[in-house]
Amino acid sequence: MEYEMVIGMEIHVELGTRTKIFCSCPTKFGQEENTHTCPVCLGMPGVLPVLNEKVVEYATRAGLALNCEIAHFSKMDRKNYFYPDLPKAYQTSQFDLPICTGGVVEIEVDGVKKDIGITRIHIEEDAGKLLHESADGTLVDVNRCGVPLVEIVTEPDLRSAEEARTFAEKVRNIMEYTGVSDCKMQEGSMRFDVNISMREKGVTVLGTRTEMKNLNSFRALIRAVQYESKRQIIELKKGHKIVQETRKWDDTKGVSASLRSKEEAQDYRYFPEPDLVPIVIEKEYIEKIKRELPELPEAKKQRYIDEYKLPEYDAGVLTATGVTARFFEEAVVLYDEPKQISNWIMVEIPPLLKEKEITMENIPIAPVQLAELLKLVKENVINGTSGKEVLKEMFNTGKNPGEIVKEKGLAQMSDTAELEAIIEKIVADNPKSVEDIGTGNEKAYGFLTGKVMKETKGKANPQVANKIIREVVAKHLG
Amino acid sequence: MSLTREDVTYVANLARLEFTPDEVTALIDKMGAVLDYAETLSELDTSTVKATEHVLAVQNVFREDVPKPCLSNEQALANAPESEAGCFKVPRVME
Ligand SMILES: [Zn+2]
Repeated sequence: MEYEMVIGMEIHVELGTRTKIFCSCPTKFGQEENTHTCPVCLGMPGVLPVLNEKVVEYATRAGLALNCEIAHFSKMDRKNYFYPDLPKAYQTSQFDLPICTGGVVEIEVDGVKKDIGITRIHIEEDAGKLLHESADGTLVDVNRCGVPLVEIVTEPDLRSAEEARTFAEKVRNIMEYTGVSDCKMQEGSMRFDVNISMREKGVTVLGTRTEMKNLNSFRALIRAVQYESKRQIIELKKGHKIVQETRKWDDTKGVSASLRSKEEAQDYRYFPEPDLVPIVIEKEYIEKIKRELPELPEAKKQRYIDEYKLPEYDAGVLTATGVTARFFEEAVVLYDEPKQISNWIMVEIPPLLKEKEITMENIPIAPVQLAELLKLVKENVINGTSGKEVLKEMFNTGKNPGEIVKEKGLAQMSDTAELEAIIEKIVADNPKSVEDIGTGNEKAYGFLTGKVMKETKGKANPQVANKIIREVVAKHLG
Repeated sequence: MSLTREDVTYVANLARLEFTPDEVTALIDKMGAVLDYAETLSELDTSTVKATEHVLAVQNVFREDVPKPCLSNEQALANAPESEAGCFKVPRVME
């Protein structure tokens, strides 16, 4: 029997506001425990929360970027549950009237395009952090409490781990492009909950689903989906029923396990938040946000293909993240060779980033420096091989390419007479190669070119050297 | 409105309250009376009345996204029954 996987996702994205959702505490990550709190986010009695206007703006922007309807009228609600990461014993969220509904995101997997429905996007506050370091208790850090989130809920439209990952990455890119969030996975700025069920192929009724919460990397997302779908198939083939439950994904062990303690049905007893008044969004406001929306990845990719004549593959890689696209665009303004720049960004830069264990976000060179370097290569001041060496040095020292070329004496030999003399000597010293060429073995040219590059420490212009070698060899064969 | 023992213990559990069997018996009537009182509202025909989302006729009360000083760690923990290493300390939570 063949089974089909049905996946729905909830994606939590931390918004890039300066302050929390209902109070003026900063949202800075990685601060000393319990130093970014106030009576509001500590849940003291009698305090009055006030909604951060940027949260409404960012949520509207996120909604428009994911093709949602923006609600004219929405409101906040209390979601009640006891857990020590939530000082108020309820999370302020949105229940029946979320700020955005009914969006769609197109994904492409293995050349097949597909629409993934967005059910809703609502705004809510993040919870605090539990630390399990104490010998006889649990420690609570309230700094994250009240950091604004949007929760993006999808329709059960995803059918494979690959689709889930592609979708999640696309949402991440859009959130980053629109400036709604920095989407730093390692800081927990983006977390995924997945609902998974299996059904026989061809059946339309949904099977019983399980949920895994708080997956915090794309890798964890893929592995959790793969593991859980396999587990369910095994259970079903044994004739067992799938239990509807929340399961915990253990990324280190690569297994999911039932959370028995949470088995009692959740009853959140949502009710309207009396301390916060409704949000009314006018058409003019939505239009304004729409006008201000930056170019989204899809449109940018198409523009790179049309305007810069880049292959689709290049355009895809360059627009995969906002930082890479910005780097490319700044460089291309200064040096009008898009394909050259693209090659260096795609091929030469990644290994250097990897070596330093950083990403494009922290690239130590400026676009203007890459443009300058490529100009030096284009104008034959240095050759491509030296160019790579200079780039590496730029990464290590932050110096400008011109400066490095001078310091290291990398400028190409422009003196043809000097180069001719070197080549004359090499050809004379290698009669076997000349003989080989005479009998039609073209490979011997490569050998001679290699000798010349070695002798000149890579400073010879390969095209010029090649031309001279051919002339000199021809003379010898004469 | 008649409540069952299960109704009472279910709500008690949600509120993390513990009752003796006698207290549960007493609460069946007491909670029932409260619900009966609220139930009188159902006598009104509200089919044409718009749902009240908020008791105040106010909307869009916002705050600028500008940081303000926070409490110090000592101030934040001042009311905590127990604290350790700059954190609130609570009974051990099962992971
Ligand atoms: Zn606060």
